[in-house]
Amino acid sequence: MTAYKLPPIDPSEITPRDLFQDRRRFMQLAAGASLTALLPHTVLAGEQLAGVTKSTDRLADELTPYKDVTSYNNFYEFGTGKEDPAQNAGNLKTRPWTITVEGEVNKPKVFDIDELLKLAPLEERIYRLRCVEAWSMVIPWIGFPLAELLKRVEPTGNAKFVEFISLHDPEQMAGQKSPVLNWPYKEGLRMDEAMHPLTLLTVGLYGEVLPKQNGAPVRIVIPWKYGFKSAKSIVKIRLVEKQPDTSWMQAGPNEYGFYANVNPAVDHPRWSQAKERRIGDFLKRPTLAFNGYGDQVAQLYAGMDLSKNF
Amino acid sequence: MKTLNNEATAWLKISVFLLALIPLFKLGISGYFDNLGANPIEKITHRTGYWTLSFLLITLTVTPLRRLTGCLWLTRLRRMLGLFAFFYGCLHFLTYLVLDQFFDWDNILKDIIKRPYITVGFAAFVLLIPLAITSNNRLIKLIGGKQWKLLHCAIYPIAIGGVVHFWWLVKKDITQPLIFSLLLGILLVIRLFYKWRDFVK
Ligand code: HEM
Repeated sequence: MTAYKLPPIDPSEITPRDLFQDRRRFMQLAAGASLTALLPHTVLAGEQLAGVTKSTDRLADELTPYKDVTSYNNFYEFGTGKEDPAQNAGNLKTRPWTITVEGEVNKPKVFDIDELLKLAPLEERIYRLRCVEAWSMVIPWIGFPLAELLKRVEPTGNAKFVEFISLHDPEQMAGQKSPVLNWPYKEGLRMDEAMHPLTLLTVGLYGEVLPKQNGAPVRIVIPWKYGFKSAKSIVKIRLVEKQPDTSWMQAGPNEYGFYANVNPAVDHPRWSQAKERRIGDFLKRPTLAFNGYGDQVAQLYAGMDLSKNF
Repeated sequence: MKTLNNEATAWLKISVFLLALIPLFKLGISGYFDNLGANPIEKITHRTGYWTLSFLLITLTVTPLRRLTGCLWLTRLRRMLGLFAFFYGCLHFLTYLVLDQFFDWDNILKDIIKRPYITVGFAAFVLLIPLAITSNNRLIKLIGGKQWKLLHCAIYPIAIGGVVHFWWLVKKDITQPLIFSLLLGILLVIRLFYKWRDFVK
């Protein structure tokens, strides 16, 4: 199986190859050398994933350094600050771990995480990640298309949506002691979005097992949607007939919609989405429609009013 | 000690001055050692905003504290504390102007008009400017004590604006704006209480 081909990227975004590779080598060295020194011991995943098809899209945007990817993100289960997950995720136990797939399917099944890891060939995918807060990163994820999993449980004709449910355990996830969101964290996709080859069931990044603070042991990554759509530490996937309610929709119905496609033309009610700051950059850059994946996904929304279905 | 001699006051002022520079100093150190995290501009914006609001509230604590304790010398710190609020406010605004927006005037104008949290933040900052300008003795004399007092009542809407700004910018976790609101609420209620008591007398 070949890795999914990423869309071409505007030449102005591309960093010259040798410069890029130098930086990458340096960064890998630096990441390796400084990891043990800099990161709290407990959050060190570090374990390499074997048998990963490397992404051939080496010339995509410059990767965001490992250190930034693993020390700055939103994962309210571990606190609302963006440095909290790296600090507090140490208590998360990622083994044993099971993912229940149920609902409108012919073959509901409880997958053990280690079984899931062998379900389909692992591939590296370099994706842009655009947060609803107007910052962004470029991350080499590892996983396989969610479609691979969904096909195996045989969705019925009634399966119109997919609901993702994250772990709910305040003992492991201290942030859940606060009612800042409705726990467990819930997200959802329409069936065609879930089956789209870009939608990645993700188990690693930068060649490693997914670090706890990034949603270990298994999360979803939907690169054309704002980051909050990509549920982390998933324990249950339900196929359902009605559009599921998500945690962020419940938190702010007029601020966070079900679709949450990256869209520079539709502002968040309180801030602009026209531009974003790529982590590591000084100047903001224009945000791309569908985060630059329009060629692949725009047809999913043909005829929909995207300012209403934000 | 209800009063202090000139020498003690001078020492006190120098100490408070140095203390008030600590947040800036810490920010500088973190910046120098590249310790501001993955998104340094955001961190600088947040720290300077946090200290602008903090110094506004500290300034507003002076008068109630003086009445509570009878320590008259507290009033002699008030101007400096207020000016530090303005100082951190300038840093905060400059961070937005230079680091965050990099002089993108079009976008700044849009922000000020369209984003409620920027609108109130900007209004609060603009209102601070005349207060800072009229903080020296010559100008106080020039405009007269009464008018000066009236003008400096603007500190109340400014502080309220600062808190509203904070409420409107947080995504979901309202802990910090809530704490600032409660503190500001207490400071304002104490004032109302003293007003009422003076009135009854
Ligand atoms: C007296 C005036 C002001 C006060 C008291 C104030 C206070 C604050 C506070 C407390 C924060 C949040 C800090 C934190 O999260 O810890 C903040 C954030 C911020 N302020 Fe201000 N501010 C003022 C004026 C302004 C002005 C004039 C602007 C720009 C025109 C501005 C732009 C911002 C921005 C962009 C943020 C960050 C928002 C985000 O993270 O999404 N503020 N401010």
